[in-house]
Amino acid sequence: MIQFFFRRFFHIFPAFIGVTLLTFSLIHLIPGDPVELRAGERGIDPVRHAAMKAEMGLDKPLYVQYLRYIGNVFQGDLGKSFVTKKPVLEEFLTLFPATLELSFCAMIFAVIFGLPAGIIAGVKRGTVFDHTVMGVSLTGYSMPIFWWGLLMILFFSVHLGWTPVSGRISALFWVDADTGFMLIDAFYSDEPGAFKSALSHLILPAIVLGTIPLAVFARMTRSSMLEVLKEDYVRTAKAKGLSPSRVIMVHALRNAMIPVITVIGLQTGVLLAGAILTETIFAWPGVGKWILESIRRRDYPSIQGGILIIATLIIFVNLGVDILYGIINPRIRHTR
Amino acid sequence: MNKTLIITRDNEAPPHPLKEFWNYFSENKGAVIGLFFIIFAITVAVFADVLAPHNPFDQYRDALLQPPLWMHGGSTKFLLGTDDVGRDIMSRLIHGARLSLFVGVIVVTLSLAAGIILGVTSGYFGGYYEVFVMRLMDIILALPSLLLALAIVAILGPSLKNAILAIAIVVLPHYVRLTRASVIAEKSKDYVTASRVCGSGPFRMMFAVLLPNCMAPLIVQATLGFSTAILDAAALGFLGMGAQPPTPEWGAMLASSLQFIQRAWWVVTFPGLAILLTVLAFNLAGDGLRDALDPKMKR
Repeated sequence: MIQFFFRRFFHIFPAFIGVTLLTFSLIHLIPGDPVELRAGERGIDPVRHAAMKAEMGLDKPLYVQYLRYIGNVFQGDLGKSFVTKKPVLEEFLTLFPATLELSFCAMIFAVIFGLPAGIIAGVKRGTVFDHTVMGVSLTGYSMPIFWWGLLMILFFSVHLGWTPVSGRISALFWVDADTGFMLIDAFYSDEPGAFKSALSHLILPAIVLGTIPLAVFARMTRSSMLEVLKEDYVRTAKAKGLSPSRVIMVHALRNAMIPVITVIGLQTGVLLAGAILTETIFAWPGVGKWILESIRRRDYPSIQGGILIIATLIIFVNLGVDILYGIINPRIRHTR
Repeated sequence: MNKTLIITRDNEAPPHPLKEFWNYFSENKGAVIGLFFIIFAITVAVFADVLAPHNPFDQYRDALLQPPLWMHGGSTKFLLGTDDVGRDIMSRLIHGARLSLFVGVIVVTLSLAAGIILGVTSGYFGGYYEVFVMRLMDIILALPSLLLALAIVAILGPSLKNAILAIAIVVLPHYVRLTRASVIAEKSKDYVTASRVCGSGPFRMMFAVLLPNCMAPLIVQATLGFSTAILDAAALGFLGMGAQPPTPEWGAMLASSLQFIQRAWWVVTFPGLAILLTVLAFNLAGDGLRDALDPKMKR
């Protein structure tokens, strides 16, 4: 097991190096001179230009620049934002809980509805329920979520007036950001109604962000269930006279869940990308919206840093999924 | 009685491959619907100039945000209403079909061609070259597709051309992995050895012997690739990083619609519906193709 763990762990280094190379080259691939870009349209005199170039380390050979970049990255220094002049890591960390909260709730929504739908559709194959679940999930899978978000706002916020349109909590409340997770902070705050307000702000974005994962989980669970129900041990369990619910819930489901857990883990990346769109529509102050704004403002250190952190997170999540997969499925552990 | 039946069956010619394929494909009703919608969309795209009642860029200043025909205040002049500067939404949707399908075709062609070349060569040659290519693909896969596409667009600058290029790069790993996997699976088969014994060179081995037998999963992936390409291009357009206004691109049409959401639902609804239906059609057809081409499903 430990050997398996280390083998997987060393797999992540090439990917990490590759991602740092990508983000490093970002600043060199953009057309134009980074110093002039930073100086803006006013222009810059040659002496100051050279000084700034030296200050940014751009006068050194490329490999020195890269090694310095990697060194800084490992010390947690991702540079300073061109716009706010604050460290990129700090900006990321203040916004990240919002994205995490949104993604987590979206994931819960997707799992709560996706897995049971997929299980029932798989067991009752060919029924009206099965066809409905498959049709709805294919539609969800094809959904442009930015439009889906607009539709939800149109219906629930504008037409019915049930939920607010944007933000994390009503401006009437002032909640201290102890944990950064608005639901928890609002729950423990003294202000009555703060939790309800936070929840009503969260619900639409979470549903919108969870739609594609929901569709993927339902489809995946169904096909995994179908696969397992064909197995001999399920027939044996039935032949032993076990009740149908026990056969499905105990014998079939446990094995059917193995690929589904992998898919749940792999959807994390999809969620983070979807967060860019969802946060933009709902004015949710998270990292997705921040990266998009950084791209619009040509704030390259923030783009570099944001991409690097998110990619690293995904690499680690994938590693976690791999290891978890090895734990729940011993057959994988021993293959090389 | 039984015997004669078998004899007649033996004498029957096997169905033409295309007919056999259609028999499998048409079993899936959804796939057939998807296919018909794709044909419809292609027709609309090809004859956009004839079908569109108005020029997609013409601004009718006397008819701003006019509702669709069936609503109070609608007219037959603008069947699906007009947007905030008085452009006919239906005409823009029709011309948008041309753009979206164009994006799909270019993205799929680029990524399929590059993916096949990288996949076949890395599967065939193996060694360090294969490790290098596959690690590179792993890195691309490690990033969420939209984020990577945004990063590429951030470097190249926002435009439809750059969005297409970005999406083609982002979807590349799927084709490379699929091709490589099938090449490796096919490589050890007898017909490949036979061809090698006959003296086929590496180029012939790769592209004339191996590739045709690896095409089935690639065709399915290419069909599904259309939906990804259209969806991602629309998302980039929506974020202002793809097609730039006033281009009648479906995603870009939605970009500014948020501010009219209270007054004019039709500005928001129709472009998104067009995206959804087109993407859904390609996904349905792709699923049907997979069922029809998957040898495991055939008996």
